[in-house]
This record gives sequence, structure tokens and C-alpha cells, in this order.
Amino acid sequence: MSDAAAPAMPVIRVENVTRTLPGEVPVTLVRDVNLAIERGEFVCVMGPSGSGKSSLLYLLGLLDMPTSGRIWIDGEDTTRFDDDKLTDFRLARLGYVFQFHFLLAEFSVVDNVALPIRKLGRLSDDAAHDRAAQLLDRLGLEGQHAKRPSQLSGGQRQRVAIARALANDPLVILADEPTGNLDSAASANVRDVLRGLTRDLNKTVVAVTHDAQFAAAADRRIGIVDGRIDLAWRPA
Amino acid sequence: MAIALDVALAHLTSRKRQTLVSLTGVVLGVAFFLAVSSLMRGSEKDFIKRLVDNSPHITVYDDVRHGRAQPAELRWPDAAVSVRNVKPPRETRGIRGWPQRLEFIEALPGVRAAPVLAGAAVLTFAGRQQAVTLSGAIPEKMKQVTVIEEKMTAGSLDALAADPNGIVIGQGLVDKFALHMGSSVNVLAADGTSRPLRVVGIFRTGNAAYDEGQAFVLLKRAQALLGRENRVNRVIIQLADPYDARDVAQTIEAASGYKSVSWVEASEDILSLLLVRNVIMYSVVSAILVVAAFGIYNTISTIVMEKTRDIAIMKAMGFHARDLKRIFLLEGLIVGLIGSALGVLLGLVLMGALGQVAIRPPGVSEVVRLPVWWGAEQYALAVVFAMLSCLAASYLPARRAGAVHPVDILRGAA
Repeated sequence: MSDAAAPAMPVIRVENVTRTLPGEVPVTLVRDVNLAIERGEFVCVMGPSGSGKSSLLYLLGLLDMPTSGRIWIDGEDTTRFDDDKLTDFRLARLGYVFQFHFLLAEFSVVDNVALPIRKLGRLSDDAAHDRAAQLLDRLGLEGQHAKRPSQLSGGQRQRVAIARALANDPLVILADEPTGNLDSAASANVRDVLRGLTRDLNKTVVAVTHDAQFAAAADRRIGIVDGRIDLAWRPA
Repeated sequence: MAIALDVALAHLTSRKRQTLVSLTGVVLGVAFFLAVSSLMRGSEKDFIKRLVDNSPHITVYDDVRHGRAQPAELRWPDAAVSVRNVKPPRETRGIRGWPQRLEFIEALPGVRAAPVLAGAAVLTFAGRQQAVTLSGAIPEKMKQVTVIEEKMTAGSLDALAADPNGIVIGQGLVDKFALHMGSSVNVLAADGTSRPLRVVGIFRTGNAAYDEGQAFVLLKRAQALLGRENRVNRVIIQLADPYDARDVAQTIEAASGYKSVSWVEASEDILSLLLVRNVIMYSVVSAILVVAAFGIYNTISTIVMEKTRDIAIMKAMGFHARDLKRIFLLEGLIVGLIGSALGVLLGLVLMGALGQVAIRPPGVSEVVRLPVWWGAEQYALAVVFAMLSCLAASYLPARRAGAVHPVDILRGAA
């Protein structure tokens, strides 16, 4: 069989993943999840509060490790990685957007975006700042580069966070309630930006959200209830 | 490292007041460390200088540290030999063959030596008596190894060479016996030998016991008076570098067999006391830096607590635990470096000011300035200790930052 004829390998493959917090009364956050997400796909994970959406996202983002099961990202079995490899993998291949922007308050907007580029070390500091500036411009933040995060609106901060997530040209963007703190106009803007990343840049976006309007823009919506994937789940 | 430095500087500059308080602690700690250290070490150096200047660097005595081994002990070194009723040979005491030994000593580099025959005698004048230590010396050599010539208030040691019947005495004796230059005093030796001598020089050292109890005559005259022809019982030695005294004394003792005592050995108890004093002094001044370190710990701990979310997101982005630790250790290092630099500057100002302080001890007419030592090692010690304190203070918060688990923080923030 030729390569051209081979089926595209999913960029994320989750196999029988369970995450249980140890303790006197162990708590299972994610239970026996199986999942495949293709390159360029925009996937929303939805479900009631406490259902395990964010826990699943942290597992996909390699911020947490499954108690059992396997997670492949870009064909690599990440459950075999040690802590150093996981950290390097996150830096080079994954990008994160959270409900809170988590920008460093003491740094300018462009410095915030340049930070992961400088950390990766493939570009000089000047080149890192140039790339950060381009990303900010692409996200409609021209003229805001030198400002501190506190000088921006909520929507602008979230776009800076998206620019930071894109800094090292990752395969996958993981977003945890990215519009949770935004008004409807800013939410729509962030949604469009993320949607654009999949269409224009062929990035994979996995977002956890409660926002049905946001989720409507996704290629696929995955319901999760009590830590299990529930294909029949629909928002109320 | 550049990113860590940027973040560390950003953290410190964003908390100017806290950083300034921490910095001030280090600056004051280093400055007081230097001020106290320079005074204590200065007084120590001053004391040792007086000790070294006013006493022989080495004295070779007509004595041995260990008794001569008996032939039987040499023949059977591993046997249990007991030799009883040993009597040392009766001989005139003194250093045997002293001219040859003096020649050997003077051939050593940086060494000046003078032979002396010292013995007890009694000075009598107008029916009054005073016990003295009579030192027979060669004036030319004696001047090279003692400061007595500088203490002469009348006449000189050289007058002894010109007048073999001359004697040089202290001001105390002059006052006690109402003597003057040219007065004739009678010197009585232990064996009853007596001889009138003429006062050809008067010295005043300020040490009352010495000024009353010491007299100098020509070596030949002392040998004749004390009945020890061609003998000396000590060799006084001065060195170009007084701190070589211990080694040179060992060399002389090994070569001559006679007990050679360096000023270091003679003053061992005083030097030990000075060492203990230094340990106490450094412990006390270091405590200031330890207190300053608590300020740094407090500042960096607060930053770590306030920046837990930033730390979590940086770890999530791809910063290793060691990168985060480095940031907070750098913060301690920066405070330590700047604090040390400013502390050294302030310390120099304080030291300069202390050096200007003039005091007049009770009963002393001369004004004395506080002895300030400017040696480089105390700066190095202050800076090293400050840096170590700062690093130790930042280590615990840095370790806590490195141990932050992003998910724990992100879950809490969601």
C-alpha cells in the first residue's frame, strides 16, 4: 500500500484512558475513554460541571498522566515519556488557552508571546520578538505590542493568549473554557480565531466549553458525563 | 538563562519596596561586617606588630627540649632500658661554639642575629642595691636586632665598644639611684665578683620593670663578671619576615640542637586568644547577614506565592522545574550581588570614617587613631557570606516553585 493511499493517522489517539486521584476515597476523573482526533479538526468537549471535561483536556495536554491507558499524539506514545520529555513535547507541539489568560503581568504583550519561542531556542531573541509581533498582528492586535496585559480588554488578552499558544507552531491547541470570562462579542471573536486556526493553518483545536454557540462552530462535539464519553449527551 | 534573568528582574522590579528592604538588609549586613571586621583585624594586626617589633622573633637558648639519650638507650632502642643515677657532666653553661653557630644563623636568608650572655647581678650605689639582669652584648649586632638604641635618652650602645667598663641602664634605675651619665656604679655577680662600671647610656622603654631591672654591658665584660668565659647563653634573632619565625626556628634547632623559640611559640596563648576573638567577631557580624537573609526569604517566598499561577502556566508551556528554580535562585543572587556591591561601598565609607576617629586613652599623652585594616580578604569573606546567605534564603522558595504542579493550580483557578 502506498503512503498516499494510507489512512491519515489521527493526531491524537486515546486508548482506554482512566485517571483516578489516589486517596482514602479514590476519585475517578476520567473513566475508560477512547478517542481519535484528526489533524485540522475543531473538537469541543462538553458536559455538565464536574463531568471530567477539563481533566480529559489536561490528559490530552500532557499536564496530567493517566492512571491507565495510552495517549498517542502525532504517533508518539506519550505515556512512556519521562517528565523532561513531556515538558519538551508540550513546549514544541502543544499550545494552551485557558479561561484565565495567565499572561505574565510584568511583561509586555509581545514579550509574553515571545517567551515560549525564546524557551524553545530555535530562534534568536530578536527573531522571536519578530515572530511574536507577526502572530499578534495576525490576531488583530496591531499597535498593542508594547502594552501590558492589564492595559488590554478581556477579549484582547485572550487573543494574546492564543497568539502565545501558537508561538511555537504547535500541532494541537488545547483550550479550557476559552470564552468563559468574555462577553458575547469577544466570545464570538475568540471562537472565530480558533475556527480559523483549523481552517487556515490546519491546526487541531480541542476546546472544553459550556458555551453552546461556541460549540456550534466545532467540527465535532464530544459529550462527557461522569468521566465517560457519552455520545448521546446534548446541552440543555 | 536570559529568560530566567528577564523573569527574575521583572519580579524584583515589580515589587520595588520589598526588594529595596531586602537589598538594604544585605547592604547594611555587608557594610557592618566590613566595619567591624576591619576594626577587629586592625587591632589584631596592630597588637601583633607591637608584639613582633618589641621582642625577638627567635631566641636561641642554651637549653635543649629533650635530654640527651643514654648510650644504652641508643644501643637497644626497642628494649625496656632503665638507666639510674644519671648525672649530667659539670660544665660551664652556655651555647657551645657560639661563633660558629652564629655564623650559620647569619648565613640564613633574611636573618640578623646577636649573641647575648644574660645573667643575674646586683647593682650597688651609695649603699643601695638593685637586682638586675645583666646582658652582655656586642653593640653593633645588638642594634640590628633590638629597638633599644631608639629608646636611648642619653649616650648610646656604641659607647660600650669605646669604653669596656661602661654600662647602659634604664631610666628607672637612674631615677631610683639618682644617677647621671658618667656616674660609677658597682656591679656584683653571683659568685661575689665585683666591678665598678661607668654609666655611658640611659634608655627609657616605658616599661617600668624593664627600665629598672635591665642593664647592658659589653659581652666580654659580662663573660668576665659572670665567670663564663667565651660563652653566650642566648642568641637573639630578627627576621625580614616575622611570619617565617616558626620555620626558621625549627631549622636552627635542628642544626644546633639548642632550644629555639619563635615569637609565635612564645605567644601561642595570645595568638589563640586572638583567633577565638576573631571567631566570635565573625559569628556576630555574620548574624547580621543571616537576619538579612530572612528578608530575602520573605520577599522571594511572597513572590512565589503570588506568582503560583504564572509558575503553573510556565510549566504548562514547557518550562522545566529546574528553569523555575533557576529564576528564583537568580532573584536571590541578584539581591546578593547588588547588596554586596553597595555594601562594600558603604563599608569602605564606614571604614574611612572609623579610621579618622582619634582617641586619647587615660594616662597617655599621644592621640591614638582606631586601627583599621584594609586587607582584601575581608571583602571577599563578606561578599561570599552574603552571597551564600542570599542563595540559601532563595533556595527554599525556589524549590517550592519547582514543585508546583500545573494541574493543581489550573483546577483551582478554573
